[in-house]
Amino acid sequence: MKKKMKLHRLVDRTDLKLLVWMTFALVSGAFVTVDVTRAEYGDVVINNYSDDVGMRPVIFPHWFHRVRFRCKVCHADLGFQLKAGGNDINMVKIIEGQYCGACHNGEIAWSVEHCNLCHSATPGTPTQVHESTLQKLVAPSDARKASGK
Amino acid sequence: MKPSRSVMFRMLVGLILGVSSWCPWAADSRQWTSLEKDGIHDQENPALQVMQPPADALRLLPPDSAGNQVNWVKALRDGYIKPRTNLYETTEVRVLDSNILMKRTAELPYVLFPHRAHTEWLDCSNCHEKLFRSKTGSTPMNMFAILQGEYCGQCHGAVAFPLTECTRCHSVPRNSAGASQPVSK
Ligand code: HEC
Ligand code: HEC
Ligand code: HEC
Ligand code: HEC
Ligand code: HEC
Ligand code: HEC
Repeated sequence: MKKKMKLHRLVDRTDLKLLVWMTFALVSGAFVTVDVTRAEYGDVVINNYSDDVGMRPVIFPHWFHRVRFRCKVCHADLGFQLKAGGNDINMVKIIEGQYCGACHNGEIAWSVEHCNLCHSATPGTPTQVHESTLQKLVAPSDARKASGK
Repeated sequence: MKPSRSVMFRMLVGLILGVSSWCPWAADSRQWTSLEKDGIHDQENPALQVMQPPADALRLLPPDSAGNQVNWVKALRDGYIKPRTNLYETTEVRVLDSNILMKRTAELPYVLFPHRAHTEWLDCSNCHEKLFRSKTGSTPMNMFAILQGEYCGQCHGAVAFPLTECTRCHSVPRNSAGASQPVSK
Protein backbone atom coordinates (compact mmCIF):
# COMPACT_ATOMS: atom_id res chain seq x y z
CA MET A 1 0.00 0.00 0.00
CA LYS A 2 2.77 2.36 1.00
CA LYS A 3 4.70 1.48 -2.19
CA LYS A 4 1.68 2.20 -4.34
CA MET A 5 1.26 5.69 -2.91
CA LYS A 6 4.90 6.47 -3.68
CA LEU A 7 4.50 5.37 -7.28
CA HIS A 8 1.47 7.58 -7.61
CA ARG A 9 3.34 10.57 -6.34
CA LEU A 10 6.20 9.92 -8.76
CA VAL A 11 3.88 9.66 -11.74
CA ASP A 12 2.11 12.83 -10.63
CA ARG A 13 5.34 14.76 -10.46
CA THR A 14 6.44 13.58 -13.91
CA ASP A 15 3.09 14.49 -15.41
CA LEU A 16 3.15 17.85 -13.71
CA LYS A 17 6.55 18.72 -15.16
CA LEU A 18 5.42 17.66 -18.60
CA LEU A 19 2.28 19.72 -18.20
CA VAL A 20 4.21 22.79 -17.12
CA TRP A 21 6.55 22.50 -20.12
CA MET A 22 3.68 21.97 -22.51
CA THR A 23 1.64 24.82 -21.09
CA PHE A 24 4.67 27.05 -21.43
CA ALA A 25 5.09 26.01 -25.06
CA LEU A 26 1.41 26.43 -25.88
CA VAL A 27 1.07 29.77 -24.13
CA SER A 28 4.19 31.21 -25.72
CA GLY A 29 2.98 29.96 -29.10
CA ALA A 30 -0.43 31.57 -28.65
CA PHE A 31 1.15 34.77 -27.36
CA VAL A 32 3.19 35.24 -30.51
CA THR A 33 0.59 34.21 -33.05
CA VAL A 34 -2.33 36.25 -31.70
CA ASP A 35 -3.28 39.07 -34.11
CA VAL A 36 0.06 38.95 -35.89
CA THR A 37 0.03 38.93 -39.67
CA ARG A 38 1.76 35.69 -40.38
CA ALA A 39 3.37 34.22 -43.43
CA GLU A 40 2.71 30.56 -44.15
CA TYR A 41 4.93 28.20 -42.15
CA GLY A 42 8.13 27.45 -44.08
CA ASP A 43 7.97 30.38 -46.53
CA VAL A 44 11.58 31.40 -47.22
CA VAL A 45 12.48 34.94 -48.26
CA ILE A 46 15.75 35.05 -50.23
CA ASN A 47 17.39 38.45 -50.35
CA ASN A 48 21.15 38.15 -50.74
CA TYR A 49 21.17 40.36 -53.84
CA SER A 50 17.62 41.43 -54.75
CA ASP A 51 17.34 44.62 -52.68
CA ASP A 52 20.76 45.77 -53.85
CA VAL A 53 19.80 45.53 -57.52
CA GLY A 54 16.32 47.01 -57.06
CA MET A 55 14.38 43.75 -57.54
CA ARG A 56 11.77 42.59 -55.03
CA PRO A 57 13.22 39.84 -52.79
CA VAL A 58 12.25 36.25 -53.68
CA ILE A 59 9.66 34.20 -51.78
CA PHE A 60 10.04 30.43 -51.92
CA PRO A 61 6.90 28.67 -50.58
CA HIS A 62 7.72 25.21 -49.13
CA TRP A 63 4.05 24.23 -48.74
CA PHE A 64 3.41 24.70 -52.46
CA HIS A 65 6.46 22.75 -53.61
CA ARG A 66 6.23 19.85 -51.14
CA VAL A 67 2.80 18.95 -52.48
CA ARG A 68 4.60 18.23 -55.77
CA PHE A 69 8.15 17.22 -54.80
CA ARG A 70 9.75 15.43 -51.86
CA CYS A 71 12.44 17.26 -49.95
CA LYS A 72 15.10 14.96 -51.40
CA VAL A 73 14.53 16.26 -54.93
CA CYS A 74 15.73 19.73 -53.99
CA HIS A 75 17.90 19.09 -50.98
CA ALA A 76 19.76 16.03 -52.30
CA ASP A 77 19.49 15.89 -56.12
CA LEU A 78 19.58 19.63 -56.79
CA GLY A 79 21.90 20.39 -53.89
CA PHE A 80 19.97 23.18 -52.12
CA GLN A 81 21.64 23.68 -48.71
CA LEU A 82 19.24 23.49 -45.72
CA LYS A 83 19.74 27.13 -44.85
CA ALA A 84 17.80 30.24 -45.79
CA GLY A 85 20.17 32.37 -47.85
CA GLY A 86 22.76 29.60 -47.76
CA ASN A 87 22.80 29.09 -51.52
CA ASP A 88 24.53 31.58 -53.75
CA ILE A 89 21.71 31.89 -56.32
CA ASN A 90 21.70 34.34 -59.22
CA MET A 91 19.93 34.63 -62.56
CA VAL A 92 22.83 33.35 -64.64
CA LYS A 93 22.81 30.09 -62.69
CA ILE A 94 19.01 29.84 -62.91
CA ILE A 95 18.98 30.35 -66.68
CA GLU A 96 21.74 27.72 -66.96
CA GLY A 97 19.42 25.26 -65.22
CA GLN A 98 20.78 25.29 -61.67
CA TYR A 99 18.73 25.82 -58.48
CA CYS A 100 15.21 27.07 -59.31
CA GLY A 101 16.20 26.80 -62.98
CA ALA A 102 16.28 22.99 -62.81
CA CYS A 103 12.46 23.15 -62.91
CA HIS A 104 11.53 26.70 -63.86
CA ASN A 105 12.66 26.11 -67.42
CA GLY A 106 9.36 25.94 -69.32
CA GLU A 107 9.27 22.14 -69.07
CA ILE A 108 8.69 21.05 -65.47
CA ALA A 109 7.35 24.48 -64.45
CA TRP A 110 6.85 27.89 -66.07
CA SER A 111 10.06 29.55 -67.10
CA VAL A 112 12.20 32.39 -65.96
CA GLU A 113 10.45 35.27 -67.73
CA HIS A 114 7.74 35.37 -65.04
CA CYS A 115 9.91 37.53 -62.81
CA ASN A 116 7.07 38.65 -60.53
CA LEU A 117 6.05 35.15 -59.46
CA CYS A 118 9.42 34.61 -57.76
CA HIS A 119 10.36 38.22 -57.00
CA SER A 120 7.22 38.84 -54.95
CA ALA A 121 8.26 40.05 -51.48
CA THR A 122 7.88 43.54 -50.07
CA PRO A 123 11.17 45.38 -50.72
CA GLY A 124 13.42 45.35 -47.66
CA THR A 125 12.21 41.98 -46.30
CA PRO A 126 15.35 40.25 -44.98
CA THR A 127 16.45 36.70 -45.80
CA GLN A 128 14.77 34.29 -43.40
CA VAL A 129 12.49 31.30 -43.04
CA HIS A 130 9.11 32.44 -41.76
CA GLU A 131 7.18 31.28 -38.69
CA SER A 132 10.11 29.17 -37.52
CA THR A 133 10.46 28.27 -33.85
CA LEU A 134 13.74 30.16 -33.83
CA GLN A 135 12.16 33.27 -35.33
CA LYS A 136 9.46 33.15 -32.66
CA LEU A 137 11.94 32.68 -29.83
CA VAL A 138 14.46 35.34 -30.77
CA ALA A 139 12.44 37.95 -32.62
CA PRO A 140 8.95 38.30 -31.15
CA SER A 141 9.41 42.08 -31.27
CA ASP A 142 9.80 41.95 -35.06
CA ALA A 143 6.61 39.96 -35.32
CA ARG A 144 4.79 42.60 -33.31
CA LYS A 145 6.24 45.37 -35.44
CA ALA A 146 4.91 43.59 -38.53
CA SER A 147 1.42 43.45 -37.04
CA GLY A 148 1.48 47.17 -36.33
CA LYS A 149 1.36 48.19 -39.96
CA MET B 1 -8.10 12.86 -2.45
CA LYS B 2 -5.07 13.73 -4.57
CA PRO B 3 -4.67 10.67 -6.81
CA SER B 4 -8.31 10.58 -7.86
CA ARG B 5 -8.34 14.26 -8.62
CA SER B 6 -5.31 13.94 -10.91
CA VAL B 7 -6.86 10.93 -12.61
CA MET B 8 -10.03 12.95 -13.23
CA PHE B 9 -7.95 15.81 -14.58
CA ARG B 10 -6.12 13.53 -16.96
CA MET B 11 -9.36 11.99 -18.14
CA LEU B 12 -10.80 15.42 -18.76
CA VAL B 13 -7.76 16.53 -20.77
CA GLY B 14 -7.90 13.27 -22.70
CA LEU B 15 -11.58 13.73 -23.42
CA ILE B 16 -11.15 17.29 -24.66
CA LEU B 17 -8.15 16.39 -26.83
CA GLY B 18 -9.86 13.29 -28.16
CA VAL B 19 -13.10 14.98 -29.06
CA SER B 20 -11.48 18.05 -30.56
CA SER B 21 -9.02 16.10 -32.71
CA TRP B 22 -11.28 13.59 -34.47
CA CYS B 23 -14.83 14.62 -33.79
CA PRO B 24 -16.29 13.81 -37.25
CA TRP B 25 -19.10 16.35 -37.19
CA ALA B 26 -16.90 19.30 -36.21
CA ALA B 27 -16.37 21.76 -39.07
CA ASP B 28 -12.79 22.30 -40.26
CA SER B 29 -11.73 25.29 -38.18
CA ARG B 30 -8.32 25.71 -39.79
CA GLN B 31 -7.49 29.13 -41.17
CA TRP B 32 -4.63 30.27 -43.36
CA THR B 33 -3.58 33.84 -43.95
CA SER B 34 -4.15 35.09 -47.49
CA LEU B 35 -1.12 36.17 -49.51
CA GLU B 36 -2.42 39.76 -49.40
CA LYS B 37 -2.28 39.81 -45.60
CA ASP B 38 0.70 37.61 -44.79
CA GLY B 39 3.10 40.49 -44.20
CA ILE B 40 5.74 39.41 -46.71
CA HIS B 41 4.11 39.63 -50.16
CA ASP B 42 4.26 43.00 -51.92
CA GLN B 43 0.73 44.36 -52.43
CA GLU B 44 1.86 46.24 -55.54
CA ASN B 45 2.88 43.06 -57.34
CA PRO B 46 0.44 42.46 -60.23
CA ALA B 47 1.28 38.71 -60.14
CA LEU B 48 -0.19 38.36 -56.64
CA GLN B 49 -3.59 37.63 -58.21
CA VAL B 50 -2.43 34.56 -60.09
CA MET B 51 -0.65 32.90 -57.15
CA GLN B 52 -2.35 30.16 -55.20
CA PRO B 53 -3.59 31.06 -51.69
CA PRO B 54 -2.38 28.45 -49.13
CA ALA B 55 -5.95 27.69 -48.02
CA ASP B 56 -6.94 26.50 -51.52
CA ALA B 57 -4.45 23.66 -51.44
CA LEU B 58 -3.98 22.95 -47.74
CA ARG B 59 -7.61 22.64 -46.66
CA LEU B 60 -7.93 19.55 -48.85
CA LEU B 61 -5.21 17.75 -46.86
CA PRO B 62 -5.57 15.85 -43.52
CA PRO B 63 -5.52 18.26 -40.57
CA ASP B 64 -2.90 18.91 -37.93
CA SER B 65 -2.76 21.53 -35.20
CA ALA B 66 0.46 23.38 -35.96
CA GLY B 67 2.83 24.45 -38.72
CA ASN B 68 1.01 24.27 -42.06
CA GLN B 69 -1.89 22.65 -40.14
CA VAL B 70 -1.45 19.62 -42.39
CA ASN B 71 -0.44 16.13 -41.31
CA TRP B 72 2.11 15.66 -44.07
CA VAL B 73 2.97 12.07 -43.11
CA LYS B 74 -0.67 11.06 -43.49
CA ALA B 75 -1.14 13.15 -46.63
CA LEU B 76 1.66 11.19 -48.28
CA ARG B 77 0.79 7.71 -46.96
CA ASP B 78 -2.91 7.94 -47.73
CA GLY B 79 -2.27 9.23 -51.24
CA TYR B 80 -3.70 12.74 -50.86
CA ILE B 81 -0.52 13.95 -52.53
CA LYS B 82 1.96 12.19 -54.80
CA PRO B 83 5.11 14.30 -54.70
CA ARG B 84 7.86 13.22 -57.08
CA THR B 85 10.82 11.35 -55.58
CA ASN B 86 13.38 12.29 -58.24
CA LEU B 87 13.92 14.36 -61.37
CA TYR B 88 16.67 12.22 -62.85
CA GLU B 89 16.25 8.55 -63.76
CA THR B 90 19.65 7.66 -62.32
CA THR B 91 18.85 8.87 -58.80
CA GLU B 92 18.68 6.04 -56.29
CA VAL B 93 15.55 6.50 -54.12
CA ARG B 94 16.48 5.21 -50.66
CA VAL B 95 13.99 4.35 -47.90
CA LEU B 96 14.82 2.79 -44.53
CA ASP B 97 12.28 1.25 -42.14
CA SER B 98 13.74 1.31 -38.65
CA ASN B 99 12.89 3.12 -35.43
CA ILE B 100 15.32 4.54 -32.92
CA LEU B 101 14.40 5.10 -29.29
CA MET B 102 16.18 8.06 -27.68
CA LYS B 103 16.31 7.98 -23.92
CA ARG B 104 18.16 11.12 -22.82
CA THR B 105 14.93 13.00 -22.19
CA ALA B 106 15.15 13.89 -18.47
CA GLU B 107 11.73 13.08 -17.00
CA LEU B 108 9.84 13.34 -20.26
CA PRO B 109 8.60 10.44 -22.38
CA TYR B 110 11.30 8.94 -24.61
CA VAL B 111 11.72 10.17 -28.18
CA LEU B 112 10.89 7.76 -31.00
CA PHE B 113 12.65 8.60 -34.25
CA PRO B 114 11.11 6.81 -37.25
CA HIS B 115 13.44 6.39 -40.25
CA ARG B 116 10.54 5.46 -42.52
CA ALA B 117 8.51 8.66 -42.13
CA HIS B 118 11.71 10.60 -42.75
CA THR B 119 13.18 8.69 -45.68
CA GLU B 120 9.87 8.82 -47.52
CA TRP B 121 10.55 12.56 -47.75
CA LEU B 122 14.30 12.88 -47.32
CA ASP B 123 17.51 11.28 -48.54
CA CYS B 124 20.06 9.74 -46.15
CA SER B 125 22.53 12.46 -47.12
CA ASN B 126 20.25 15.16 -45.69
CA CYS B 127 21.00 13.82 -42.20
CA HIS B 128 24.06 11.55 -42.39
CA GLU B 129 26.85 12.08 -41.43
CA LYS B 130 26.77 15.84 -40.87
CA LEU B 131 23.64 16.19 -38.72
CA PHE B 132 23.56 12.69 -37.19
CA ARG B 133 26.06 9.82 -37.00
CA SER B 134 24.88 6.40 -38.21
CA LYS B 135 25.30 4.84 -34.80
CA THR B 136 22.51 4.80 -32.24
CA GLY B 137 23.24 7.07 -29.29
CA SER B 138 26.41 8.60 -30.73
CA THR B 139 25.02 12.04 -31.59
CA PRO B 140 25.18 14.42 -28.60
CA MET B 141 21.73 15.99 -28.87
CA ASN B 142 19.85 17.98 -26.29
CA MET B 143 16.68 20.06 -26.29
CA PHE B 144 18.49 23.38 -25.96
CA ALA B 145 20.49 22.80 -29.14
CA ILE B 146 17.37 21.51 -30.89
CA LEU B 147 15.47 24.68 -30.01
CA GLN B 148 18.40 26.66 -31.46
CA GLY B 149 17.74 25.00 -34.82
CA GLU B 150 20.32 22.21 -34.61
CA TYR B 151 19.80 18.44 -34.99
CA CYS B 152 16.04 17.72 -35.26
CA GLY B 153 15.42 21.48 -34.95
CA GLN B 154 16.92 22.17 -38.36
CA CYS B 155 13.71 20.93 -40.01
CA HIS B 156 11.26 20.80 -37.09
CA GLY B 157 10.86 24.45 -36.39
CA ALA B 158 11.25 25.55 -40.02
CA VAL B 159 9.49 23.25 -42.49
CA ALA B 160 8.41 20.00 -40.76
CA PHE B 161 5.94 20.20 -37.80
CA PRO B 162 7.25 22.70 -35.22
CA LEU B 163 8.98 22.08 -31.89
CA THR B 164 5.96 23.18 -29.88
CA GLU B 165 4.50 19.72 -30.63
CA CYS B 166 6.46 18.04 -27.82
CA THR B 167 4.46 14.81 -27.75
CA ARG B 168 4.91 14.04 -31.45
CA CYS B 169 8.59 13.33 -30.67
CA HIS B 170 8.36 12.54 -26.95
CA SER B 171 5.85 9.82 -27.68
CA VAL B 172 6.93 6.73 -25.71
CA PRO B 173 5.91 6.79 -22.01
CA ARG B 174 8.78 5.74 -19.75
CA ASN B 175 6.92 2.86 -18.13
CA SER B 176 5.30 1.47 -21.30
CA ALA B 177 6.15 -1.78 -23.10
CA GLY B 178 7.79 0.11 -25.99
CA ALA B 179 10.20 1.83 -23.59
CA SER B 180 12.15 -1.33 -22.78
CA GLN B 181 13.31 -1.96 -26.34
CA PRO B 182 16.64 -0.32 -27.20
CA VAL B 183 15.97 -0.31 -30.95
CA SER B 184 12.62 -1.48 -32.21
CA LYS B 185 11.58 -2.32 -35.74
C1 HEC C 1 12.13 30.77 -60.54
C2 HEC C 1 12.26 31.93 -59.74
C3 HEC C 1 12.85 33.21 -60.36
C4 HEC C 1 12.40 33.83 -61.47
C5 HEC C 1 11.27 33.44 -62.40
C6 HEC C 1 13.25 35.02 -61.63
N1 HEC C 1 14.16 35.07 -60.61
FE1 HEC C 1 15.59 36.52 -60.35
N2 HEC C 1 16.27 35.51 -58.72
C7 HEC C 1 15.74 34.37 -58.19
C8 HEC C 1 16.46 34.03 -56.99
C9 HEC C 1 16.15 32.85 -56.06
C10 HEC C 1 17.48 35.00 -56.85
C11 HEC C 1 18.47 35.17 -55.69
C12 HEC C 1 17.84 36.23 -54.79
C13 HEC C 1 18.75 36.87 -53.78
O1 HEC C 1 19.61 36.22 -53.25
O2 HEC C 1 18.50 38.07 -53.49
C14 HEC C 1 17.33 35.92 -57.95
C15 HEC C 1 18.17 37.02 -58.16
C16 HEC C 1 17.96 37.97 -59.14
C17 HEC C 1 18.83 39.13 -59.34
C18 HEC C 1 20.08 39.48 -58.54
C19 HEC C 1 21.18 38.50 -58.82
C20 HEC C 1 21.67 38.57 -60.25
O3 HEC C 1 21.59 37.55 -60.94
O4 HEC C 1 22.08 39.64 -60.70
C21 HEC C 1 18.30 39.82 -60.39
C22 HEC C 1 18.82 41.13 -60.97
C23 HEC C 1 17.13 39.11 -60.85
N3 HEC C 1 16.96 37.99 -60.09
C24 HEC C 1 16.34 39.50 -61.89
C25 HEC C 1 15.31 38.73 -62.42
C26 HEC C 1 14.53 39.11 -63.59
C27 HEC C 1 14.68 40.42 -64.35
C28 HEC C 1 13.63 38.10 -63.79
C29 HEC C 1 12.61 37.97 -64.94
C30 HEC C 1 13.17 38.05 -66.27
C31 HEC C 1 13.84 37.11 -62.77
N4 HEC C 1 14.86 37.53 -61.95
C32 HEC C 1 13.11 35.94 -62.66
C33 HEC C 1 14.66 33.66 -58.67
C34 HEC C 1 13.94 33.98 -59.82
C1 HEC D 1 11.32 22.71 -54.75
C2 HEC D 1 12.49 22.65 -53.95
C3 HEC D 1 12.38 22.36 -52.46
C4 HEC D 1 11.71 21.34 -51.85
C5 HEC D 1 10.83 20.26 -52.48
C6 HEC D 1 11.98 21.46 -50.44
N1 HEC D 1 12.81 22.53 -50.21
FE1 HEC D 1 13.59 23.12 -48.42
N2 HEC D 1 14.42 24.73 -49.29
C7 HEC D 1 14.35 25.04 -50.63
C8 HEC D 1 14.92 26.35 -50.86
C9 HEC D 1 15.01 27.06 -52.20
C10 HEC D 1 15.35 26.83 -49.59
C11 HEC D 1 16.03 28.17 -49.29
C12 HEC D 1 17.46 28.09 -49.65
C13 HEC D 1 18.11 29.44 -49.69
O1 HEC D 1 17.57 30.42 -49.18
O2 HEC D 1 19.22 29.55 -50.27
C14 HEC D 1 15.05 25.78 -48.64
C15 HEC D 1 15.36 25.83 -47.29
C16 HEC D 1 15.09 24.83 -46.38
C17 HEC D 1 15.49 24.83 -44.99
C18 HEC D 1 16.28 25.92 -44.29
C19 HEC D 1 15.41 26.82 -43.48
C20 HEC D 1 16.19 27.61 -42.48
O3 HEC D 1 15.96 27.40 -41.30
O4 HEC D 1 17.06 28.39 -42.86
C21 HEC D 1 15.01 23.66 -44.43
C22 HEC D 1 15.18 23.20 -43.00
C23 HEC D 1 14.31 22.96 -45.48
N3 HEC D 1 14.37 23.68 -46.65
C24 HEC D 1 13.69 21.75 -45.29
C25 HEC D 1 12.92 21.11 -46.26
C26 HEC D 1 12.12 19.93 -45.99
C27 HEC D 1 12.04 19.20 -44.66
C28 HEC D 1 11.49 19.63 -47.14
C29 HEC D 1 10.51 18.51 -47.42
C30 HEC D 1 9.34 18.49 -46.60
C31 HEC D 1 11.90 20.60 -48.14
N4 HEC D 1 12.76 21.50 -47.55
C32 HEC D 1 11.49 20.61 -49.47
C33 HEC D 1 13.83 24.24 -51.63
C34 HEC D 1 13.07 23.10 -51.42
C1 HEC E 1 11.88 20.56 -58.26
C2 HEC E 1 11.33 21.53 -59.16
C3 HEC E 1 11.25 22.97 -58.70
C4 HEC E 1 12.25 23.76 -58.18
C5 HEC E 1 13.69 23.38 -57.93
C6 HEC E 1 11.65 25.05 -57.93
N1 HEC E 1 10.33 25.04 -58.29
FE1 HEC E 1 9.01 26.56 -58.07
N2 HEC E 1 7.55 25.44 -58.90
C7 HEC E 1 7.70 24.16 -59.40
C8 HEC E 1 6.44 23.72 -59.99
C9 HEC E 1 6.18 22.37 -60.66
C10 HEC E 1 5.54 24.78 -59.84
C11 HEC E 1 4.08 24.82 -60.34
C12 HEC E 1 4.08 25.24 -61.77
C13 HEC E 1 2.70 25.31 -62.35
O1 HEC E 1 1.74 25.50 -61.63
O2 HEC E 1 2.63 25.22 -63.58
C14 HEC E 1 6.26 25.84 -59.15
C15 HEC E 1 5.69 27.05 -58.80
C16 HEC E 1 6.37 28.07 -58.15
C17 HEC E 1 5.77 29.31 -57.71
C18 HEC E 1 4.32 29.73 -57.90
C19 HEC E 1 3.46 29.39 -56.72
C20 HEC E 1 2.01 29.76 -56.99
O3 HEC E 1 1.39 30.27 -56.05
O4 HEC E 1 1.52 29.52 -58.10
C21 HEC E 1 6.77 30.06 -57.15
C22 HEC E 1 6.63 31.45 -56.54
C23 HEC E 1 7.99 29.30 -57.24
N3 HEC E 1 7.72 28.10 -57.82
C24 HEC E 1 9.21 29.75 -56.81
C25 HEC E 1 10.38 29.00 -56.86
C26 HEC E 1 11.69 29.52 -56.46
C27 HEC E 1 11.95 30.91 -55.97
C28 HEC E 1 12.56 28.50 -56.63
C29 HEC E 1 14.05 28.48 -56.34
C30 HEC E 1 14.48 29.00 -55.07
C31 HEC E 1 11.80 27.35 -57.12
N4 HEC E 1 10.49 27.71 -57.27
C32 HEC E 1 12.35 26.12 -57.38
C33 HEC E 1 8.85 23.40 -59.34
C34 HEC E 1 10.05 23.80 -58.80
C1 HEC F 1 15.84 12.95 -40.77
C2 HEC F 1 17.18 12.52 -40.57
C3 HEC F 1 17.61 11.14 -41.01
C4 HEC F 1 17.53 10.59 -42.28
C5 HEC F 1 16.92 11.19 -43.53
C6 HEC F 1 18.17 9.30 -42.20
N1 HEC F 1 18.61 9.08 -40.92
FE1 HEC F 1 19.66 7.44 -40.25
N2 HEC F 1 19.66 8.20 -38.36
C7 HEC F 1 19.12 9.41 -37.99
C8 HEC F 1 19.27 9.58 -36.55
C9 HEC F 1 18.77 10.76 -35.73
C10 HEC F 1 19.93 8.43 -36.08
C11 HEC F 1 20.35 8.14 -34.62
C12 HEC F 1 21.66 8.82 -34.33
C13 HEC F 1 22.05 8.71 -32.91
O1 HEC F 1 21.35 8.06 -32.13
O2 HEC F 1 23.07 9.32 -32.54
C14 HEC F 1 20.17 7.57 -37.25
C15 HEC F 1 20.81 6.35 -37.21
C16 HEC F 1 21.09 5.56 -38.31
C17 HEC F 1 21.80 4.30 -38.26
C18 HEC F 1 22.31 3.60 -37.01
C19 HEC F 1 21.17 3.00 -36.23
C20 HEC F 1 20.52 1.83 -36.88
O3 HEC F 1 19.28 1.87 -37.12
O4 HEC F 1 21.20 0.86 -37.19
C21 HEC F 1 21.88 3.86 -39.56
C22 HEC F 1 22.54 2.57 -40.05
C23 HEC F 1 21.22 4.83 -40.41
N3 HEC F 1 20.76 5.86 -39.61
C24 HEC F 1 21.09 4.74 -41.77
C25 HEC F 1 20.33 5.58 -42.56
C26 HEC F 1 20.08 5.37 -43.99
C27 HEC F 1 20.63 4.22 -44.82
C28 HEC F 1 19.29 6.42 -44.40
C29 HEC F 1 18.68 6.65 -45.78
C30 HEC F 1 17.87 5.58 -46.31
C31 HEC F 1 19.05 7.26 -43.23
N4 HEC F 1 19.69 6.72 -42.15
C32 HEC F 1 18.31 8.43 -43.27
C33 HEC F 1 18.54 10.35 -38.82
C34 HEC F 1 18.29 10.17 -40.16
C1 HEC G 1 11.55 17.12 -33.26
C2 HEC G 1 11.48 16.28 -32.10
C3 HEC G 1 11.34 16.92 -30.72
C4 HEC G 1 10.37 17.79 -30.30
C5 HEC G 1 9.21 18.38 -31.09
C6 HEC G 1 10.65 18.05 -28.90
N1 HEC G 1 11.76 17.35 -28.50
FE1 HEC G 1 12.62 17.36 -26.61
N2 HEC G 1 14.11 16.10 -27.27
C7 HEC G 1 14.20 15.60 -28.55
C8 HEC G 1 15.42 14.80 -28.65
C9 HEC G 1 15.91 14.08 -29.89
C10 HEC G 1 16.04 14.85 -27.37
C11 HEC G 1 17.37 14.16 -26.98
C12 HEC G 1 17.15 12.69 -26.79
C13 HEC G 1 18.43 11.91 -26.68
O1 HEC G 1 19.48 12.41 -27.06
O2 HEC G 1 18.34 10.75 -26.24
C14 HEC G 1 15.17 15.67 -26.52
C15 HEC G 1 15.42 15.95 -25.18
C16 HEC G 1 14.58 16.68 -24.36
C17 HEC G 1 14.78 16.89 -22.93
C18 HEC G 1 15.91 16.32 -22.12
C19 HEC G 1 16.81 17.32 -21.51
C20 HEC G 1 17.52 18.18 -22.51
O3 HEC G 1 17.63 19.40 -22.28
O4 HEC G 1 17.92 17.70 -23.57
C21 HEC G 1 13.74 17.68 -22.50
C22 HEC G 1 13.48 18.20 -21.08
C23 HEC G 1 12.89 17.97 -23.65
N3 HEC G 1 13.42 17.34 -24.76
C24 HEC G 1 11.75 18.75 -23.60
C25 HEC G 1 10.94 19.04 -24.70
C26 HEC G 1 9.78 19.91 -24.66
C27 HEC G 1 9.24 20.60 -23.42
C28 HEC G 1 9.28 19.97 -25.93
C29 HEC G 1 8.10 20.81 -26.46
C30 HEC G 1 8.22 22.24 -26.27
C31 HEC G 1 10.11 19.13 -26.76
N4 HEC G 1 11.11 18.58 -25.99
C32 HEC G 1 9.90 18.91 -28.11
C33 HEC G 1 13.32 15.80 -29.60
C34 HEC G 1 12.21 16.64 -29.58
C1 HEC H 1 16.19 17.00 -42.54
C2 HEC H 1 14.91 17.33 -41.94
C3 HEC H 1 14.48 16.62 -40.66
C4 HEC H 1 15.24 16.35 -39.55
C5 HEC H 1 16.69 16.72 -39.29
C6 HEC H 1 14.36 15.68 -38.61
N1 HEC H 1 13.10 15.54 -39.16
FE1 HEC H 1 11.50 14.62 -38.28
N2 HEC H 1 10.38 14.96 -39.95
C7 HEC H 1 10.81 15.65 -41.06
C8 HEC H 1 9.74 15.69 -42.04
C9 HEC H 1 9.80 16.37 -43.39
C10 HEC H 1 8.66 14.98 -41.48
C11 HEC H 1 7.28 14.77 -42.12
C12 HEC H 1 6.20 15.48 -41.33
C13 HEC H 1 6.18 16.99 -41.48
O1 HEC H 1 6.75 17.54 -42.41
O2 HEC H 1 5.55 17.65 -40.61
C14 HEC H 1 9.09 14.55 -40.15
C15 HEC H 1 8.29 13.83 -39.28
C16 HEC H 1 8.68 13.45 -38.00
C17 HEC H 1 7.85 12.70 -37.08
C18 HEC H 1 6.40 12.28 -37.30
C19 HEC H 1 6.30 10.88 -37.83
C20 HEC H 1 4.87 10.44 -37.97
O3 HEC H 1 4.68 9.25 -38.22
O4 HEC H 1 3.95 11.25 -37.82
C21 HEC H 1 8.58 12.53 -35.92
C22 HEC H 1 8.15 11.81 -34.66
C23 HEC H 1 9.87 13.16 -36.14
N3 HEC H 1 9.90 13.70 -37.41
C24 HEC H 1 10.89 13.20 -35.21
C25 HEC H 1 12.17 13.69 -35.45
C26 HEC H 1 13.27 13.63 -34.49
C27 HEC H 1 13.18 13.08 -33.09
C28 HEC H 1 14.33 14.19 -35.10
C29 HEC H 1 15.75 14.35 -34.53
C30 HEC H 1 16.40 13.16 -34.04
C31 HEC H 1 13.93 14.61 -36.43
N4 HEC H 1 12.60 14.29 -36.61
C32 HEC H 1 14.75 15.23 -37.36
C33 HEC H 1 12.06 16.21 -41.27
C34 HEC H 1 13.13 16.12 -40.39
